[in-house]
Amino acid sequence: MVGSIAALGAGLATIGAGLGIGRIGGSAMDGIARQPEATNKIQTNMIIAAALIEAVALFSVVISLLGLK
Amino acid sequence: MPKSRLLNVSFFRNNSIKGVLGFFIILLSSLSTLAQEVSKAPAESKKMDKVKEFDATEMIMEHVKDSHEWHLWGKSAIPLPIIMITDKGLDVFSSSALEDDKVFTGHKSYKLIEDKVRVVDAGGNILPKENGFFNPLDLSITKNVLSLLFSVIILLLVFISIARTYSVKGVRAPKGVQSVLEPFIMFIRDDVAIPNLGKNYARFMPFLLTLFFFIWINNVLGLIPFFPGGANLTGNISLTLTLALITFILTNINGKRSYWGHIFTPAVPWPLWIIMVPVEIIGVFIKPLALTIRLFANITAGHVLVLSLIGLIFIFKTSLVAVAAIPFTVFISVIELLVGFLQAFIFTLLASLYIGTAMEEHHEHEH
Repeated sequence: MVGSIAALGAGLATIGAGLGIGRIGGSAMDGIARQPEATNKIQTNMIIAAALIEAVALFSVVISLLGLK
Repeated sequence: MPKSRLLNVSFFRNNSIKGVLGFFIILLSSLSTLAQEVSKAPAESKKMDKVKEFDATEMIMEHVKDSHEWHLWGKSAIPLPIIMITDKGLDVFSSSALEDDKVFTGHKSYKLIEDKVRVVDAGGNILPKENGFFNPLDLSITKNVLSLLFSVIILLLVFISIARTYSVKGVRAPKGVQSVLEPFIMFIRDDVAIPNLGKNYARFMPFLLTLFFFIWINNVLGLIPFFPGGANLTGNISLTLTLALITFILTNINGKRSYWGHIFTPAVPWPLWIIMVPVEIIGVFIKPLALTIRLFANITAGHVLVLSLIGLIFIFKTSLVAVAAIPFTVFISVIELLVGFLQAFIFTLLASLYIGTAMEEHHEHEH
């Protein structure tokens, strides 16, 4: 087996980020479908929420980078 | 009475821009002649080395970390000055004096060990670190510092010219560089500063605008693969930590009584204070820490991704991989441009949110 447990950990974190941002995207789509006039506001808030969740996933990438060497 | 030429806006704008550009061209050409000296040295050793196996991790780390020389292409690099303040005096020398494991002796002897300048004795062995602040203090102009100075010069040029245009011509329909940046300045004022900071938003506008444009321009410069871009400055945790520290200081200096009250005496039944108060106190420190890691990790991860995709071509040792790797890299780089803007916006938004929450007045709450 090649690779490291650090890489496995980073991969697990990516699952969490994918699920979270997928949910945000889905809710944003529902909101836009219900109220097309609110598209811009929904889009802005979706991007902000996605960036915050991405940050948590990247925290764990940083921890797994600490496992290098 | 004729206006002096210096008060004429366009004179200053055209000539100061010409002056700074000329300075940079001269600086670049003198530094690249220095680069030629570096490239002559390894010619003899090349015949004896075998071709090293391509190490993707080493290549990525070299591009993402700070360094005492600015690597341009192949074997040529710009050696950057090393400035060490010791208790015996100041040592300033070029980093080309430390290449190939040489030892430089000024007030103390130095050697580059694992890309850090360490104090050694005459034989080249590491001396243990002495106590005290100047043991020695490393204030070298590294790649990241030079990139920082470069981005600061760009920011000063652009924004002083915009400000001067406003002060001379008044508030009118914008032209030129002003028209590109004015939507962003208004965006920060209307959607970030006013909703979070309320009526005294104008006090914090310089800080928020500087934060936003500084982070944005350094993110974008990091994506340019050649000099003077390509230094991973916002991916340097010391820089993001400094920005977060400034935000932390601003938040807590402007904290009103209700802010501290909610931390030390939260609005919950008193038995829960045993849990809530430590959590709130930790929260005061975790928020700037999250700002730090968020920006550093996003930018560094983006660079690592782009470098890995290009490195795939060398790992598989065929140019066929390039047909798939290069378009994907372009796609990822476009996303990284978006991420650069987004992270600057998020940092500014959260900074204004924290400062605004600290400055909120008490009568807006209901207990």
